[in-house]
Amino acid sequence: MILEKDPKPWNQNYKGHGLSKGKEREQRASIRFKTTLVNTLMDVLRHRPGWVEVKECQEASGPRVADTPVVQREPKGSRQPGFVEGDWDFYWCDVSWLRENFDHTYMDEHVRISHFRNHYELTRKNYMVKNLKRFRKQLEREAGKLEAAKCDFFPKTFEMPCEYHLFVEEFRKNPGITWIMKPVARSQGKGIFLFRRLKDIMDWRKGTAGKKLTSSEAQPARSAVNPPGGHDARSSEDQKDEIPVENYVAQRYIENPYLIGGRKFDLRVYVLVMSYIPLRAWLYRDGFARFSNTRFTLSSIDDQYVHLTNVAVQKTSPDYHPKKGCKWMIQRFRQYLASKHGPEAVETLFSDMDNIFIRSLQSVQKVIISDKHCFELYGYDILIDQDLKPWLLEVNASPSLTASSQEDYELKTCLLEDTLHVVDMEARLTGREKRVGGFDLMWNDGPVSREEGAPDLSGMGNFVTNTHLGCVNDRKKQLRQLFRSLQSQKKASS
Amino acid sequence: MLQEESDLSLVIAQIVQKLKGSNLYAQLERQAWASLQRPEIKLESLKEDIKEFFKISGWEKKLQNAVYSELSVFPLPSHPAAPPEHLKEPLVYMRKAQGSWEKRILKSLNSMCTELSIPLARKRPVGEQKELLNKWNEMGTDEPDLSLFRPVYAPKDFLEVLINLRNPNYENGDSLSFRTHLGLIQVPLKVKDIPELKEFFVELGLTTGQLGIDDSTQVPPELFENEHVRIGQKVLAEQDSAAAQQYIRQGSPTALRAELWALILNISSQPEDILYYEQLKTNVIQHDLLVDSLIYKDVKLTASNDDYYFVFEDYLYQVLLCFSRDTSVLGHFAYNSASPPKSYIRGKLGLEEYAVFYPPNGVIPFHGFSMYVAPLCFLYHEPSKLYQIFREMYVRFFFRLHSISSHPSGIVSLCLLFETLLQTYLPQLFYHLREIGAQPLRISFKWMVRAFSGYLATDQLLLLWDRILGYNSLEILAARAYCQLL
Repeated sequence: MILEKDPKPWNQNYKGHGLSKGKEREQRASIRFKTTLVNTLMDVLRHRPGWVEVKECQEASGPRVADTPVVQREPKGSRQPGFVEGDWDFYWCDVSWLRENFDHTYMDEHVRISHFRNHYELTRKNYMVKNLKRFRKQLEREAGKLEAAKCDFFPKTFEMPCEYHLFVEEFRKNPGITWIMKPVARSQGKGIFLFRRLKDIMDWRKGTAGKKLTSSEAQPARSAVNPPGGHDARSSEDQKDEIPVENYVAQRYIENPYLIGGRKFDLRVYVLVMSYIPLRAWLYRDGFARFSNTRFTLSSIDDQYVHLTNVAVQKTSPDYHPKKGCKWMIQRFRQYLASKHGPEAVETLFSDMDNIFIRSLQSVQKVIISDKHCFELYGYDILIDQDLKPWLLEVNASPSLTASSQEDYELKTCLLEDTLHVVDMEARLTGREKRVGGFDLMWNDGPVSREEGAPDLSGMGNFVTNTHLGCVNDRKKQLRQLFRSLQSQKKASS
Repeated sequence: MLQEESDLSLVIAQIVQKLKGSNLYAQLERQAWASLQRPEIKLESLKEDIKEFFKISGWEKKLQNAVYSELSVFPLPSHPAAPPEHLKEPLVYMRKAQGSWEKRILKSLNSMCTELSIPLARKRPVGEQKELLNKWNEMGTDEPDLSLFRPVYAPKDFLEVLINLRNPNYENGDSLSFRTHLGLIQVPLKVKDIPELKEFFVELGLTTGQLGIDDSTQVPPELFENEHVRIGQKVLAEQDSAAAQQYIRQGSPTALRAELWALILNISSQPEDILYYEQLKTNVIQHDLLVDSLIYKDVKLTASNDDYYFVFEDYLYQVLLCFSRDTSVLGHFAYNSASPPKSYIRGKLGLEEYAVFYPPNGVIPFHGFSMYVAPLCFLYHEPSKLYQIFREMYVRFFFRLHSISSHPSGIVSLCLLFETLLQTYLPQLFYHLREIGAQPLRISFKWMVRAFSGYLATDQLLLLWDRILGYNSLEILAARAYCQLL
């Protein structure tokens, strides 16, 4: 299957972006939502007209708990197995609930939930790397080396401990370079360290990870072999029941990151996936660059504050002043680059980033269980190097929705509002929209073009994608126009 | 006619004198000598041939740019016999007010000095010098104890002085009339009204395309943006200062801005300039000034806390510390109503032979000073170039924002312009604000003193500063402040 289809002229055979049919399109009097998160998400859900928060959930075989306005987290493992009828229409759940309950939860057609069952194929570093490697090989077979090279946006990575020997081989081929060790499933920068000598990880092997390594080495190397169906729910469940094994990946550290003001930074970009088969993904125009508080230098490998740009880590750095926030809106970043390198270089960079989003999603397309109830808002972490090449660091299934400043609060509430607009529980959209608020439809079972009449920069008839990352986000105006025209369309047809 | 001619020849003489001492003159001379080797230069028509050669090789353009630059910066002499104070500031009462304000600042600085028993300047011990040199690119990581330092003054202190400014020759009368000015500034300076502003800022009219407006997503780029960018590239290729200044009145495309500003300010990074900057850096390393702590404090208080400029903290130190050592800045006091403070070597108070200017550049930073540099970090990343641009911006424009003078671009005129516009065109708002005790100037003063740095998003700010360069005037700041209240 060649992925670069001949771009169809936009007005022919335009596919809608997948609207539910039939019973799901009924207008509901009210939409019952549930979530365990507070902060921005709760604010957005509570303020949405017609949405009601579900009171404390009824246990299958227990008395109804007195009405409380706050939904409480259910203690793990307390749910009885077996079918439990959900009394909500929309659940922004956390991944632990998903892991335990998704398989035994019945959901009506119209119900929506904020994660895909096996999202970890994309978001756990070791699985993602594996899926990408496999996808790349497939591309090389089908479309040649040039096409496959477009997947070279992740630094060389090896799963530990099973690929330890492969890693050592690569390590010896490139003496003196820096590597970074990251735990597979932790977040916020925990457990990460840099090293240059094998000795450093020998110590680490003997230390905390030592015991666990032997236990997993003794098992058949399940993860080394890639079953066609991918990693199903059961295998990860098994792992959970045993002593938790800390899996790590060793990745080549990018030693020449792009610096601004002498500081390293990474980009957080939001991608909303409505379905995997067919693949439908939206890209949000806003995002931000997260700066390290200290100046970048390779000589201080031990200083994790320098290298890790997560806000969580930066918050503990002695230099951190909360008022600063150390974030730039991505529009500011785009402008800065344009004034330094010119608009063409910036266009290239951003379209390279589009390439990352699409290819990474394509690589897990066949593996992720594309349940129509599911959608997911991913937080992509991208690092830019000095040659203006973007690298994919990781994909987050639960990007932080806590606001670190007023500006951050606005970004996240608008992001969530627009996510809910796209999910469209209110059944207002026609399915032909290419833009909803700050979201642009990036991929709809094929590339999506911008509106007609827009000139393309290369002038060679090449495709201009419908992405506007870092561009003006006049979402309020667009939403007003959108909903007004939808209303008048409805009136006309009724 | 004769008067004009003699004025013109005076101007020419002054510019020639100024340029004779410049690097450009030496370069032109060298080029002229070298050109003698060329076959097309003939002895019979030596002068014309060399002129022709200069024209073709682009040196004439450079000379033109230099002359244009001088014309923009130096005020034209009003009368050949005018004393130098008149060049600084023609009105006596303004000069007096500036003098007493300076005395107050110095007193404040001296008392801080005595309180903390820190010398105004001291030589750094070798170990400290080495340490500073190592840390030069990351001075922001330093956390010196600055709690005892306080800014010498803040914009609001300066505003109080301006409010109390009075022309002793002018009798306002106590009775209210049409002519009564309701604002805080009570000096009779001439400011432009809206018809005059319209004429002055003719390129900002509704029918002329503007960047920042006519390049928004709704407007197709063929209409204005593409052509404008093309012209900008042409201007840069021609390296013509005057054309660039005219061009930038409609705003500068993001990618071209850094070069355009450098062209207008006539900054080209020559090896001598880089060397000069390095020399200043050495001065910083060798001597520690009290002013340095004030600079540190200011950066930490303002730019470091700004959502966008915190990234550039290190650059700010590198520029401002060197700036305070730069004695070439003293040149601008010839046309600045302010005068550089003098300090005396210990024990030799009052003896002129032992007087030095303090700080060496004569400029005492106030609260928010570092914000003049911060937006420039967006455009220039090489420290010596960033430094040159800032220095030029300061001696052309920014100094007027914190000295008392009657110049149309001086802060007093800007305040008066702002208040007059408001009173004339939004009288009800003005009156209402006055009634509730919120004089509008108290709100907008800090915007204007900082040239809106830190109060506008960077892209908006840079478009505003485009116009300052384009019109060689700060009046746009008053207009912008007025628009903010609309």
